[in-house]
Amino acid sequence: MHKAKAKFSGRMQMQEIEIFENEGTIKWNGQTIDPSAYTFDVPITGTIYGTLLNYQGVLEQLGEALHHDPYKTPPKAPILYLKPKNTMIGHQAFIPMPEDESALEVGACLGLVIGEKASRVSEEDAMSYIEGYTIVNDISVPHESLFRPAVKQKARDGFCPVGPWIVNRRDTILNPDNLSVRVYVNGECKQENHTRNLVRAVPKLLEDVTEFMTLDKGDILLVGIPENPPLVKDGDLVRVEIEQVGALENRVRKEGLIGGIQS
Amino acid sequence: MKTARIVFQGGIYQAKEHGKGLELDNGRQVSEEDVVWLPPVEPQTSFALGLNYFDHANELSFKAPEEPLVFLKGPNTFVGHRGKTYRPSEVTNMHYECELAVIIGKQAKNVTRDEAYSYISGYTIANDYAIRDYLENYYRPNLRVKNRDYCTPLGPWHVDAADIDDPMNLSLRTYVNGELVQEGSTKDMIFAIPDLIEYLSSFMTLNRGDLILTGTPKGTVDTKVGDEVSTEIEGLGSLVNTITDERS
Repeated sequence: MHKAKAKFSGRMQMQEIEIFENEGTIKWNGQTIDPSAYTFDVPITGTIYGTLLNYQGVLEQLGEALHHDPYKTPPKAPILYLKPKNTMIGHQAFIPMPEDESALEVGACLGLVIGEKASRVSEEDAMSYIEGYTIVNDISVPHESLFRPAVKQKARDGFCPVGPWIVNRRDTILNPDNLSVRVYVNGECKQENHTRNLVRAVPKLLEDVTEFMTLDKGDILLVGIPENPPLVKDGDLVRVEIEQVGALENRVRKEGLIGGIQS
Repeated sequence: MKTARIVFQGGIYQAKEHGKGLELDNGRQVSEEDVVWLPPVEPQTSFALGLNYFDHANELSFKAPEEPLVFLKGPNTFVGHRGKTYRPSEVTNMHYECELAVIIGKQAKNVTRDEAYSYISGYTIANDYAIRDYLENYYRPNLRVKNRDYCTPLGPWHVDAADIDDPMNLSLRTYVNGELVQEGSTKDMIFAIPDLIEYLSSFMTLNRGDLILTGTPKGTVDTKVGDEVSTEIEGLGSLVNTITDERS
């Protein structure tokens, strides 16, 4: 059982819940319920920062390219990017497929929810700045080059499902560097990796990021996307599962069919 | 009209220009020395442009980009007029960048360049400091160069769009300790303001309060601890910032 906070659709305030991972149920106000009978809003309000190139497999695949133009040398400090507010959608909301694209890349990320202002924290103290964990599907239009910021590929409306909830760190014995990450497309497992394969483990990542910028209470730092991200097409159901945190599920749908988004 | 967000005696106010001082939104008139300036808008989604002036692209020996070189900035990076910006002791090149900042006034999706100006609420000045020592060739310019705490002074005023006749013909000037070090005109932008709004809104929704920092002309040189950097744009005023070290 893990204690968590969720934002049920239609409620202003976050609700305290308990998650029973093996049973697939949650407990809310003393009642055991089936979470699939409810919809959830985005459980966070802060800024989402993603981390590029933080799985060992990703660096291995780039291999010699890291030493050649345009990169010249392997990365030294963490390379970050932002997922702005227009990208954030909740569990079960549609991921918009742009009319001129046929495939999107799934970015299965563990999200660290920051609990208090974190500036120049040490690796030793880093864990105490984490309030909890959530799942983020950092969607991209597939792109080869990492030389320029990928705003057009990563900051499109609806490109960042978040949720379904935040598992509280303080009430849960969970090591963020020892969690399996799986992506299912239409029920079939398409990717499996593990946070033990991070280049910078969570405490080190927090130390190195907060050395040059402050993470505020409520901000989310993504630990990275594993190598070989699955591609999804219009109509696919994508499920990002992180051990002990939960499963975030969204269906891809043509942008033109989703209310409020025209293209 | 020019409006600011300021702190006076511990309270946060909207204020407008009044003679040499300010008039708060409760009618009280105060002098500039008595207020602390905040960024004139609370930062939402903030875009910045790299290499958007022909002369600056040449100065950095890059050819002009075919598509706007856009990056995003977090709310941690903004600081108000008369604020201070920290320069790490080990760096060798930290330079200012005087930029026209466009403030979006209403939700914008798929806006054409012909309609673009009607989505702008106003303009302000940004000084988008960069620490070139930390440049890496991944998602360049990376956040360690461009998204450090309080490394983007913004202000002093939100100047209404109606008060600026032609935002594509404004002179920009930067002074370090009173000496003119950077001079240019917004007419030399590679991608003009309407092009940028059309480009960004073609793939994402812009919202009220979003900012577009439109890039800087040539003349960016290193600054030192203690320097007072004043970035000025015709019709928008003068944005003053001081470089500090670890202790101040």
